[in-house]
Amino acid sequence: MTNVRKRLGRGGLYTLVGSFAFFGAFPFYWMLIATFKRDHDLFNPVANPFLFNEPPTLDHLRLLLFDTHFPTYLMNTFWVGSYVVVITLLAAVPAAYSLARWAGGWGETLGIGIFLTYLVPPTILFIPLSRFTAALGLQESLWSLILIYPTFTIPFCTWLLMGFFKTIPKDIEEQAMIDGHSRLGAMFWVVLPLGISGILTVVVFAFTLSMHEFIYALTFISVSAKKTVSIGVPTELVRGDVFQWGPLMAGALIASIPVAVVYTFFLDRFIAGFTMGAVK
Amino acid sequence: MEQVAKAGIRDQSGLLAKLMIAPAILYVTAMIGFPFILAILYSLSDITTGDPTLRLVGMRNFRDILADSVFRLSLKNTFFFAIVSQVLVILLSRVVATALMKEFRGKWLARFLIMLPWTAPIALGTIGWLWMLDSIFSPFDWVFRWLGLLGTPGALLGPQTNLYWLGVPSLAMASVIIVHIWRILPLATVIQLAGLSSIPKDLLEAAEVDGATPWRRTLEITIPLTLPIVSIAFLFGLVFTFTDVTVVYVLTRGGPVHSTQVLSTWTFFKGIEGGDLAQGAAISLFLFPVLAGVAAMMLRMARKSEVV
Repeated sequence: MTNVRKRLGRGGLYTLVGSFAFFGAFPFYWMLIATFKRDHDLFNPVANPFLFNEPPTLDHLRLLLFDTHFPTYLMNTFWVGSYVVVITLLAAVPAAYSLARWAGGWGETLGIGIFLTYLVPPTILFIPLSRFTAALGLQESLWSLILIYPTFTIPFCTWLLMGFFKTIPKDIEEQAMIDGHSRLGAMFWVVLPLGISGILTVVVFAFTLSMHEFIYALTFISVSAKKTVSIGVPTELVRGDVFQWGPLMAGALIASIPVAVVYTFFLDRFIAGFTMGAVK
Repeated sequence: MEQVAKAGIRDQSGLLAKLMIAPAILYVTAMIGFPFILAILYSLSDITTGDPTLRLVGMRNFRDILADSVFRLSLKNTFFFAIVSQVLVILLSRVVATALMKEFRGKWLARFLIMLPWTAPIALGTIGWLWMLDSIFSPFDWVFRWLGLLGTPGALLGPQTNLYWLGVPSLAMASVIIVHIWRILPLATVIQLAGLSSIPKDLLEAAEVDGATPWRRTLEITIPLTLPIVSIAFLFGLVFTFTDVTVVYVLTRGGPVHSTQVLSTWTFFKGIEGGDLAQGAAISLFLFPVLAGVAAMMLRMARKSEVV
């Protein structure tokens, strides 16, 4: 009896988890199958759309990689992400360390204050920032994105790193200072190497958040060759009013999966930052 | 002597602390604080992309946009989409999180697939949905036709061959809500997972030994103990859907006939594409009271959890 119930329970569990996994992943399956379908098969309203009714083809991939700006979008995204990571680290690492170590009571408040600026949405900021970039002569330049993306990476990463630095015991630095390091030296040579996993998390997030960003890129960049993946794929792979669904889906899939895999590895740490100590 | 040396280091530390935090504070002030004040100034001016001088005109923009029916519709839609999707997200994420608490084979794969909508760039995920909701080649339509629910005279969903997901206001609104749910569900799930795994196991076991039914255990232990973290999941989901541009922009651009227009897309169309920076800024500021409320609630919860 209990055995039967257990089996039913297992079956129910797999059905439940399976259907949610299906819900989450189906759009990506849909991209995958469109990537390799021949146009004649893709635009056939009668045949079963979930399967290949004709042999698969590499035409869409070939078009995407050799006849569109897609590789340029990937490179642009990579450069923007890398610069944003560097700026974020330069600002967030010292700030987080300072908040975690020295600031006492007001450190916590200031930390929460910085975190809350993460909630000020791009929707309110992109109009004034569009004048900013115009004033700096950065219209149609990737530098405008490099300058603006740290507005959402710095607050979140500072908060996240603050949590990491708090877990490193103070004794370690004090010992290092007794051993002859200066205050700054102790941070640089002793604490940072111990916080390397936190710093790695921040690198991943600053990069993925810049890769995910849409509205600033849409506002500031309209020249095709300057676009990032996030806006290039949805706005450029459309000829006139005709969506080129095959290459479009291929582009979306290729740009999505690697970043999703990396992100998944760091997800739990990201969430620990999100929950702001509501869980102990 | 030793005391003096110590004080010296402490002084230096104070200075270092300020120096080290300065770049972050400066960046945030210059790139968030200053533009935010500019947004308020713009909303009180008649600035456009063609004439970028700042002349204050009082509350005229607010009067104009409040008289605009598209604005009122987008205000309503913004709330409607965010609240409906997030209520459903909270319910569904509890179900998924409870399932993911259990151990089973292939869990890492299930988790990866369930998380995909959050971990992949949202603009690209939404492009996948755009193709799934295509007016002619939608797989949903194909399944309905296959089941005989669509495309034959007297069929339940109508005799036409397609539902035109993004072409009919009610279906377009439903599509936007579904994509929002799809996008935020993974985030809410992991937050709920963190909450569920923080409940002490012996508490639940003790209640079970004392004869509490699964229902009572849920009502009296699980729900009260996870309430703070569930609220956090709800608030974050609310902020993300409330301010989101991408889903509506990619799926419908606010159409058909503005039926899915929201504040953030309307800001974009008015302020950037239409060039009326002043009205755009005024529209976007309507997001602010809600966000300030959310921020205040988060602060209160952060304080409370510190006390505990």
